[in-house]
Amino acid sequence: MLWACIVLPQLALDAVLRRLPDPGAPLALASGPTQLRTLHAVNAGAAQAGLRAGMRLAAAHALLPTLATVEHDPQAEARWQQFLAAWAYRHSSLVSAQWASCIVLEVRASFHLLGPWPRIEARLREELAALGFAHRIAMAPTPRAARVLAGLQDGLAVSNPAAMQALLDRVPVRRAVLPGDTGERLQRMGIRDLRTLRELPRESLRRRFGAELLPHLDRLYGDADDALSYYAPPDHFDARIELGHEVESHTALLFPLRRLIGDLCTCLSIRDGGVQRFVLRLEHDVHRHDTRAHTDVEVGLLAAEREPAMLFEVTRNRLERVSIPKPVVALRLLARELPAFVPASRDLFDVRAQQALPWPQLRERLRARLGDDAVHRIAPTGDPRPERAWRRVDGDDARIDTAPARPPRPTWLLPKPVPLRDPRLRILSGPERLESGWWDGEDARRDYYVLETAQGQRAWAFTPAGERDGWMLHGWFA
Amino acid sequence: MQAVASLDSLLAAQTLWHAGRHPATTRDGEPTGHAALDALLPQRGWPRRALTELLLPADGVGELALLMPTLARLSREGGTLALVAPPYLPYAPAWQAAGIDLGALQVIETTPRDALWAFEQCLRSGACAAVVGWPRQADAQALRRLQVAADSGDCLGFVLRDRKHAANPSPAALRLEHDSDGWRVRKCRGGPAPTRAFAPGLH
Repeated sequence: MLWACIVLPQLALDAVLRRLPDPGAPLALASGPTQLRTLHAVNAGAAQAGLRAGMRLAAAHALLPTLATVEHDPQAEARWQQFLAAWAYRHSSLVSAQWASCIVLEVRASFHLLGPWPRIEARLREELAALGFAHRIAMAPTPRAARVLAGLQDGLAVSNPAAMQALLDRVPVRRAVLPGDTGERLQRMGIRDLRTLRELPRESLRRRFGAELLPHLDRLYGDADDALSYYAPPDHFDARIELGHEVESHTALLFPLRRLIGDLCTCLSIRDGGVQRFVLRLEHDVHRHDTRAHTDVEVGLLAAEREPAMLFEVTRNRLERVSIPKPVVALRLLARELPAFVPASRDLFDVRAQQALPWPQLRERLRARLGDDAVHRIAPTGDPRPERAWRRVDGDDARIDTAPARPPRPTWLLPKPVPLRDPRLRILSGPERLESGWWDGEDARRDYYVLETAQGQRAWAFTPAGERDGWMLHGWFA
Repeated sequence: MQAVASLDSLLAAQTLWHAGRHPATTRDGEPTGHAALDALLPQRGWPRRALTELLLPADGVGELALLMPTLARLSREGGTLALVAPPYLPYAPAWQAAGIDLGALQVIETTPRDALWAFEQCLRSGACAAVVGWPRQADAQALRRLQVAADSGDCLGFVLRDRKHAANPSPAALRLEHDSDGWRVRKCRGGPAPTRAFAPGLH
């Protein structure tokens, strides 16, 4: 097996930067208690101004008054590592995120599908750059060795175990990512590199450095199997973006929304699934004395989809119809169910217009603006009462039956019968006696006639059974 | 610099006309299903990729009966039909009896304000074979948008409006008005409007 390790040196910072429209502006992550705020990480713009991680926040502000700061969230780091594990899962079936700020994945099995290592590496780098994460990548026959090599030099790749061992022998102990502070202690004892370390008697090493070091070395060199805890994709999607400032307009929400939808679609394409129903939660500041902490924008589609542009547009339309009652401080996207996605089959030689939109997407666009009930189909039912002889059909899969044979029916039906007052009515045909519905309390006894009005319209009207006036208009033969 | 267009292509596209000569109209219209009406129209059918306007004195004078053969054929061929903001409930048993495949008929309910938007989306998308709409507040500019949308979406568009709009100019490719004699062609692209009326019952 060959393992690639992707080291993410500034995962927490990248997770913040990628949601900002201008990642170049000086920014720092701050952590620590209120009295003793220190910088956890700084971006390139801040580093240029002389800011360093570990610096006091007050000192940083003195150096660079325009510095923007974001609270460092250790949990966010773990979440983003999981996200990247999900991303890596599409390149390999064996992905592990068990070590902090790095991802390891088995790549040999993917050579057949994705091509040789240089091509896979280029692809990984390209996608990571698009996702907005700084990275270092290395490849080695064992996952731990790949991790060590990635720490040494970006782009290092060794596929031969013997060459790997020779390379590892020359690695300084401090750089070998040994458990705990072992590396530092060994260095102080004068043990410089891994070869010297391996030449020491194993028994005494175990006594001095604990039970962890020897198995680690064995796994590093490939002498023992390395049982990693592998990543398994979750069956739901939940991502959150903190905005860092209060937003009260829709337009300012669109950029983070696009990121969220993009992440959702990445997750969907990895799972080979789609999404049919999700919630966009606009989180408000909870420190104010308000009852509602968030506003939910529900997005429901009639069929599973995973096209980013389409999902973005639908969500945007729904979002724009919602009034924002209070400033928004964070966006969260929750999708509980991720059903299987069946792409619409399309003819190879289909000649439709360039910008053609398939019907499901058009329908979602219409529903997003006009409301969930706006688009429907109609189907006949068996009930003889005209107002019940049809039903609405929502969704795609319902069967449409054939109506039982009856005398001619009008193409337009009035939602409710209305009185028809016209002195020059002419009876064309009728009556058709209709007597039904005694069982459900909506008993109907009517005589239906086809009438012609003075304007030449053909009307479908009824009177109470046996009578000839008091016309009630129920439909038009249009 | 503008591209040089050949005279033949301009003539073929009917953007340029010979004075005093009837243009050689391409007879590629969508058959209406009424032989007498096909004979009246210069393209021998509904103009493709264009808007057709039906001007009605009132609802229920036979406007759907006029469209029904075309809609039925399109739906059976697998095309999607869209009704945008219909004034009443389309009554499923009757539409089925007229030959429409109800699986292909999509009813879109909108407020009058959104009707034009929905109409244009349906026309432009290319997802529909025919779109029938009842826009309440359509002016010439809105109709022009619909006409362009029908062209880019390769779609038959039918606008049903009140007859009082007959005097206003309209960019629709074909305008039919219902009067006491039946349907009268008020305007048709590609030829002079025939004077004879078409009465569906008499043919």
